[in-house]
Amino acid sequence: MTSSAMGNASAIVIDQDIDPRRRKSLVEGDHDFTSITASIANVAERPKPPKAWYVAMAISLPLTLTLFGCIAYLVVKGVGIWGNRQPISWAWPIVNFVFWVGIAHAGTLISAILFLFRQKWRTSINRAAEAMTIFAVVCAGTFPAIHVGRIWMEWFLAPVPNHLEMWPQFRSPLLWDVFAVSTYATVSLLFWYMGMVPDLATFRDRATTKIKKIAYGIFALGWRGSSRQWHRYERAYLLLAALAMPLVLSVHSVVSFDFAVSILPGWHTTIFPPYFVAGAIFSGFAMVVTLMVPARALFGLKHVVTLRHLENMNKVIVATGTMVGYAYAMEFFIAWYSGSQYEQFAFINRALGPYWWAYWIMVSCNVIAPQFFWFKKIRTSPLLMVIVCIFVNIGMWFERFVITVSTLNRDFLPSAWGYFSPTLFDILTLCGSFGLFMTLFLLFCRYLPMVAISEVKSVMPQAHPHHHGDDAHGAGHHAH
Amino acid sequence: MNIFPAWTNTIRPHLVLGALGAIVYVTVVITYGWTPKTLYRGYQPEQPIPFSHKLHAGDLAIDCRYCHSTVEVSAEAAIPPSSTCMNCHARIFPESPKLELLREVTLSGEAIPWVRVHDLPDFVYFDHSAHVRRGVGCVSCHGRIDTMEVVYQHEPLGMSWCITCHRDPTPHLRPLDKITDMAWTAPSAEFGAEFARANGIKPNQNCSTCHR
Repeated sequence: MTSSAMGNASAIVIDQDIDPRRRKSLVEGDHDFTSITASIANVAERPKPPKAWYVAMAISLPLTLTLFGCIAYLVVKGVGIWGNRQPISWAWPIVNFVFWVGIAHAGTLISAILFLFRQKWRTSINRAAEAMTIFAVVCAGTFPAIHVGRIWMEWFLAPVPNHLEMWPQFRSPLLWDVFAVSTYATVSLLFWYMGMVPDLATFRDRATTKIKKIAYGIFALGWRGSSRQWHRYERAYLLLAALAMPLVLSVHSVVSFDFAVSILPGWHTTIFPPYFVAGAIFSGFAMVVTLMVPARALFGLKHVVTLRHLENMNKVIVATGTMVGYAYAMEFFIAWYSGSQYEQFAFINRALGPYWWAYWIMVSCNVIAPQFFWFKKIRTSPLLMVIVCIFVNIGMWFERFVITVSTLNRDFLPSAWGYFSPTLFDILTLCGSFGLFMTLFLLFCRYLPMVAISEVKSVMPQAHPHHHGDDAHGAGHHAH
Repeated sequence: MNIFPAWTNTIRPHLVLGALGAIVYVTVVITYGWTPKTLYRGYQPEQPIPFSHKLHAGDLAIDCRYCHSTVEVSAEAAIPPSSTCMNCHARIFPESPKLELLREVTLSGEAIPWVRVHDLPDFVYFDHSAHVRRGVGCVSCHGRIDTMEVVYQHEPLGMSWCITCHRDPTPHLRPLDKITDMAWTAPSAEFGAEFARANGIKPNQNCSTCHR
């Protein structure tokens, strides 16, 4: 609307929707600093959340309770309630774990890597994406923790001197995984929380009830917004970003080692670490788009989470989706090129064996679906992009299923071949983890600053001293 | 405006110290507190009959195997039936009030309700015969029973304690005819190593040795 107004006002001013030299503004509409704060704080301050919030909560809360129920039943009965049987001893729990860890990759990529590369479009989506990271890590961490069966033995993982002289096996990638994921969870949580402190202080200062004042006040850590505090905050943010950046690449590399370090054909490939990282970013961005499109509509944040943000994420999705497709092709090429009959069998079995349907769901969802984003119409249409992204999420779950199950089902000994079928508890636990993820995300939307208020202000035209003289930048309220 | 009083500023450093302290505390508790050394050593339950090992095994020097007769052939070192006691006590102190329960169960045919002192967890496989026939004496695991009025657990009997001996059993080896000799000491420092070499004693250390 800004552009059309400007286009009518003067023939010299070039319409920025058409002019490829000008990028669309990151904040749309007639907004100044005050109205930005008000519009974002309104999500938490309005007396009641939108009806859709209650509907979503009514679905996800029972699912969360189902998850807790399943876990309780698992602890009492043991892992036999799942479909894990020899030879498929790693089944859905590990599939779900890798799936959720993958989802967790978008947040830190957006907040750390895009921050260090000065990609300003990250500002209005980073907070929600980081929150998704934390919640996805919570879901991810649940699965390896419960799939050991006897959860009270989990302290074996900690290197603490004990009477059993039991010490973690530091040569095992499964242990590296424990440390990689817990480090990632810790750093992501710190990064998310530290970035939120100034906004929590804003919420505290605007709070109308005593309870809210105290609650936000505790977590705002006494933030006053002095220039010294801002100076230190920005230094700390930069340092944390630098610390978090290698983690984006390392965590899923280490997760891939769980497979790649073993000697099973189909798992034992050097392409796994980069292929897993690309897949993780792919699925993570798909999840962010899937959730941000409805969230920005429901909570009235279309002016800060613009189509430009969504389009950029869709570009990342088509790029990483193509990388994943390349990796699928390369796995087959290497299987043929290696001359190893076991490797070749593993991949023929993957595409044409008993799990052919899973393999082709994976290929269609992960390789073909994102290619639609080459069309600008599709990657800028909220409805269509969500449909594509849901397919991507489905495809990425199937990728982990294919890697885990279709490798284990037929190993060297044909008499020991088997076929995996999930039990009711496999399905309920997976659905329950989605419930937990959604519940946490809904609570976050309602009670915490969904968008980094202070950061968004820094990318508004008003934040740049020269914006008055430059009409082409005048996307803010000054254009009117 | 200010909702928090000034003293709340002092909480933060305490939280950090508290968190670090909690980590150290938990580690110390697990390492030194949550171990059989602390929890089980010295366990001395009250027994239904005031039987003195000091008197029988010490002063009277009755061999352990007179009562625990299966120790060389079986996993369990048998608790003797009351008839074993009555071999002597039919004539010695037959009227003693301390032996009231013994006479009762001998007549009724029931077992004496002894309270087990050395009780390994059910997931541990232990075989007495495998140890005593390979030169590990009673005293190594049970301590000086011949000096105990009432038996108590002398060693921790925990996994690290077992493993230590399985890694190097030589300090605990003795000639097979001295297995029940509580006071025996090795004639030389090299005895254990020589005995192990001569008899091919190389204890297993894999998990399934004890956790079958």
